[in-house]
Amino acid sequence: MARAVSTRRKIGFTIAAWAVGLAIFFPILWTILTSFKTEAEAISSPPSFLFFDWTLENYTTVQERSNYFRHFWNSVVISLGSTVLGLIIAIPAAWSMAFVPGKRTKDVLMWMLSTKMLPPVGVLIPIYLIFRDVGLLDTKTGLVIVLTLINLPIIVWMLYTYFKEIPGEILEAARMDGATLRDEIIHVLTPMAVPGIASTLLLNVILAWNEAFWTLNLTAAKAAPLTAFIASYSSPEGLFYAKLSAASTMAIAPILILGWFSQKQLVRGLTFGAVK
Amino acid sequence: MTKTTRILMGATALCGMAAIAQAETLTIATVNNGDMIRMQELSSDFTEKHPDIELDWVTLEENVLRQRVTTDIATKGGQYDVMTIGTYEVPIWAKQNWLVPLDDLPEEYDAGDILPAIAGGLSVDGTLYAAPFYGESSMVMYRTDLMEEAGLEMPDAPTWDFIKEAAAAMTDKENEVYGICLRGKAGWGENMALLTAMSNSYGARWFDENWQPQFDSEAWKATLTDYLDLLNNYGPPGAANNGFNENLALFQQGKCGMWIDATVAASFVTGDDSTVADKVGFALAPDNGLGKRGNWLWAWSLGIPAGTDAEDAAKTFVAWATSKEYAELVAEKEGWANVPPGTRTSLYENQEYLDAAPFAQMTLDSINAADPNNPTVDPVPYTGVQFVAIPEFQGIATAVGQQFSAALAGQKSAEEALQAAQELTSQEMQAAGYGQ
Repeated sequence: MARAVSTRRKIGFTIAAWAVGLAIFFPILWTILTSFKTEAEAISSPPSFLFFDWTLENYTTVQERSNYFRHFWNSVVISLGSTVLGLIIAIPAAWSMAFVPGKRTKDVLMWMLSTKMLPPVGVLIPIYLIFRDVGLLDTKTGLVIVLTLINLPIIVWMLYTYFKEIPGEILEAARMDGATLRDEIIHVLTPMAVPGIASTLLLNVILAWNEAFWTLNLTAAKAAPLTAFIASYSSPEGLFYAKLSAASTMAIAPILILGWFSQKQLVRGLTFGAVK
Repeated sequence: MTKTTRILMGATALCGMAAIAQAETLTIATVNNGDMIRMQELSSDFTEKHPDIELDWVTLEENVLRQRVTTDIATKGGQYDVMTIGTYEVPIWAKQNWLVPLDDLPEEYDAGDILPAIAGGLSVDGTLYAAPFYGESSMVMYRTDLMEEAGLEMPDAPTWDFIKEAAAAMTDKENEVYGICLRGKAGWGENMALLTAMSNSYGARWFDENWQPQFDSEAWKATLTDYLDLLNNYGPPGAANNGFNENLALFQQGKCGMWIDATVAASFVTGDDSTVADKVGFALAPDNGLGKRGNWLWAWSLGIPAGTDAEDAAKTFVAWATSKEYAELVAEKEGWANVPPGTRTSLYENQEYLDAAPFAQMTLDSINAADPNNPTVDPVPYTGVQFVAIPEFQGIATAVGQQFSAALAGQKSAEEALQAAQELTSQEMQAAGYGQ
């Protein structure tokens, strides 16, 4: 009897989990389906779910009209560049906060996080002027710097949480064996924290890939990533839903695939330290 | 091959590459709509004629583009050499000396051919600051079959009373046919474009001559009450969420008896995607017999930011894209019906165009019926038909639009929405230093 109840509960939970999963995934699924419709079908009411004339016309048009690969390459450089630069800065910072905390370490961590609470538009003009003066407008370097700074608090926090789980005794032992600070961080701490660093890296690549405010405002033609590619297909006066959906699908496809293959690491990284 | 020959060949190749590298690059910011995309596709004609000029396109959604180019021009960022801007931005930016005056375009450009209403909206003190790429007004698009079934005949210049009568007669909610579709979505370029233009025909105005807000006037009350009555009684469900695209979809599917919106929609409702393409008639936007019609005036135009390091090349491009020759190029490649409308008198004298575009005359009449320099029945201190050409307008009108959209959604009464609009507008205008 108990077994039957538990099986029933299991089925119930499974159905509930699938329902929630599908509800969350539905907007993406709808975007993908719309990208295969004609513009007329995309706005038809009631909408057709699967039974429509599937077409690749939107993908062809989008390819012809825009240089997808230039935007894609810009996205790759900006998201990977900002994440790697962020990790180079954040690993030593998180190490010092986790293993040699000072009186104000908690305050510093909170202060770092508080910078995420500022609405970005509040600092748009000052940053725009600085970028103009140093010639960083519409450059990948400029975006790498900005996105690194934006995501740094998250990277430091994630790594700090990770490093806190590593016994300090191991690092002490390395020190006893004559390891320098550099050796300790590179050869002892980093290998032990690889899963944490990997999940931090993945999450930040996703965040940088999807970042739209700065990437739209600080770029024009040369450094514009996929966010600008999507924005070019939206229009309040004209029907471009199917093409917009095709552009969106092409923009999110790489990051969806990356997320799919690395979901284990991502979940592990995000839930690390949550259950003790 | 001797060493000397190789060196010489290498030097020649380098010189060739240097020549290519010297080609000037224009970065052009533009909006995403059919006419602009077509210009992008046809721009090879320009680069063939001007091999020393390369074109880089930045296409963005209208609101993103507006934010983007405003930031750039205000900070002299210099990222763009040509910007697509509207009749709202041009007078404001020109007064700030942010735009290059276009008073020295070549004679063959024939600036005098630009429609007077459009030229007026793009000029400050008689100087043109942006060249119109396409112009639009608003008009009534209606279903001729439903009008006939209702036993009515749409006049060329209807009144609001007739629109109410026709909306009531055409509505058949059981069959999902709604007498009238209007913009309800909040935004200065959405519901407020329609309502501001509509209010002009009711004798209302945003501000009196001392910049005092006028939402507490009887004229505004009548405007909003009639708008709400029309949509609540004869409009589609969820009208408060409908903008241009949503209403276009409804009209194309045969669910709107009448739709008052941009003249540019005429080619969509009579196009291949429309199920009612052969049953559409056009009329001027309605009036109330006060001498002003409820139609707006807009022109997407090409302006050159002051301080660009490619001013001459930018002028050459602007002259090409807004020329009579460009219209002929579009006609040759895509047909006359696809020529950007509403900018030149000569286009409306071209019989081939008039034959290809059944909505041409009504578009021209609508544009001519709008006067951006004298938009209201009573005098006002501002220019602009469906907007007030001051920098504060975008923010204020969007907030007012939210109040009116909330009234349409049934969250507040017309009186409450008008009172809130009056208060927030007074507050913002005082903070901005107007009327002091």
